[in-house]
Amino acid sequence: MLRRFRLEEPETVKDASALLARYGEASRIYAGGTELLLAMKEGLIQYERLINVKKIPGLDRVELENGVVRIGALTTHRSLENDPLLRQQLPAFGQMERNIANVRVREMGTLGGNLCFAEPHADPGTLLMVLGAKLMAEKTSSKREIAAEQFFVDAYETCLEPDELLTEIRIPSTPRRAGVAYLKFGYLERPSVGLGLFLAWNGADTITEARVAVGCAGPKPRRVEESEGLLKGKTSKEASALLGRAGEIAGRAADAISDLHGAADYKQHIVGVLLKRAFQQILQDRSSKA
Amino acid sequence: MAEGTAKAEDRQFIPISFTLNGTTQQTQVEPHELLIDVIRNRFGLTGTKRSCDVQVCGACTVLVDGRPMSSCTTLAFEARGHEVLTIEGLAKNGKLHPLQAAFIEHGGFQCGFCTPGMILAAKALLDQNPEPNREEIIHFMEGNICRCTGYKKILESIVAAAKILRSPGR
Repeated sequence: MLRRFRLEEPETVKDASALLARYGEASRIYAGGTELLLAMKEGLIQYERLINVKKIPGLDRVELENGVVRIGALTTHRSLENDPLLRQQLPAFGQMERNIANVRVREMGTLGGNLCFAEPHADPGTLLMVLGAKLMAEKTSSKREIAAEQFFVDAYETCLEPDELLTEIRIPSTPRRAGVAYLKFGYLERPSVGLGLFLAWNGADTITEARVAVGCAGPKPRRVEESEGLLKGKTSKEASALLGRAGEIAGRAADAISDLHGAADYKQHIVGVLLKRAFQQILQDRSSKA
Repeated sequence: MAEGTAKAEDRQFIPISFTLNGTTQQTQVEPHELLIDVIRNRFGLTGTKRSCDVQVCGACTVLVDGRPMSSCTTLAFEARGHEVLTIEGLAKNGKLHPLQAAFIEHGGFQCGFCTPGMILAAKALLDQNPEPNREEIIHFMEGNICRCTGYKKILESIVAAAKILRSPGR
């Protein structure tokens, strides 16, 4: 059962921000509601007001501009899964969207809502980190850009200010000699471990850039620079021999906790397995494209 | 506490107009009311089942403009201006929808509790993709859980219904 609350339906980002400023912690932004309403039904959190932002126009578009894919925060997982532009520009992202929860959650749930709720067992944040995404935040008086790595502060906590709204997710298109993979593992509704990998090569098969991120296992998704450093500057073959070590490092960095989704050491181990598989998948995609 | 506390005496009512199984309905709902409760308690359509209550099982599935939604976690005011279809709206003039007929013919259920959600989810799938392959059916139906049996008969029912729905002259 949901407890009674009032509903506000602003039609601009500024008005929504003003409502947040006015009502403070007694209010919360409501978009798809797929996570918020569950927590409210359970009585874990209560709000006197929900601010429905779905009447704000223009926040559910996917556009390509100067090599950057711009996704409105209110775009649902389902429309991202089926978006032709995403499929072409960022296939790994479309694939990740296709495997979020189930089709009903994807129909209601929005990308922005997913990120702002910052539930640790979520997929998009981890992948956005390796894609080099920027998140656009807006309030009445100002706008700013936040790197995906900086966005998550802790479980259920982001760096957004109390009256700030996430409006857009900007993802640079993947360069020609680069590959991306996002893999996850779990046996409950939500993933136990998620891993994102981005690799770019020069013409001589040397890895010029490597980005590794782990999520779900601990309180928040994070980049693992130490693992990235091992792979960068190596040939594919050399990197391949270092994957075991890179995976161990990433496993420890995941800050895994023991819970219903698995024991900490088990999750750490899975991180390593997923890193190897992600690496193999990118190499395979690369050779099938060549 | 911030100002604007929602006290019982300042209850908010949202007038909504929506289509329920083809009939236009006008009513008013409070913001916290859930679609499943309005469908079951106000309109008496109890084919929509509440089960897990956390958007995992699919028993409460209804179609909103043809899209599957968990009515247990959808606020009722969201139906505003949309077409809602429940299992009661599927048969036309006493004639079962091919999916309903196929579930009966192929034994696609045992206790039947998950069946309304299964059939509506399958309808959404076939409306979007009339000729899904096995993997596509499984992926789409993954969020609908049956606790009586395996999923083989359900899968067979959907495949059979898809064939009938595609047949010429329908």
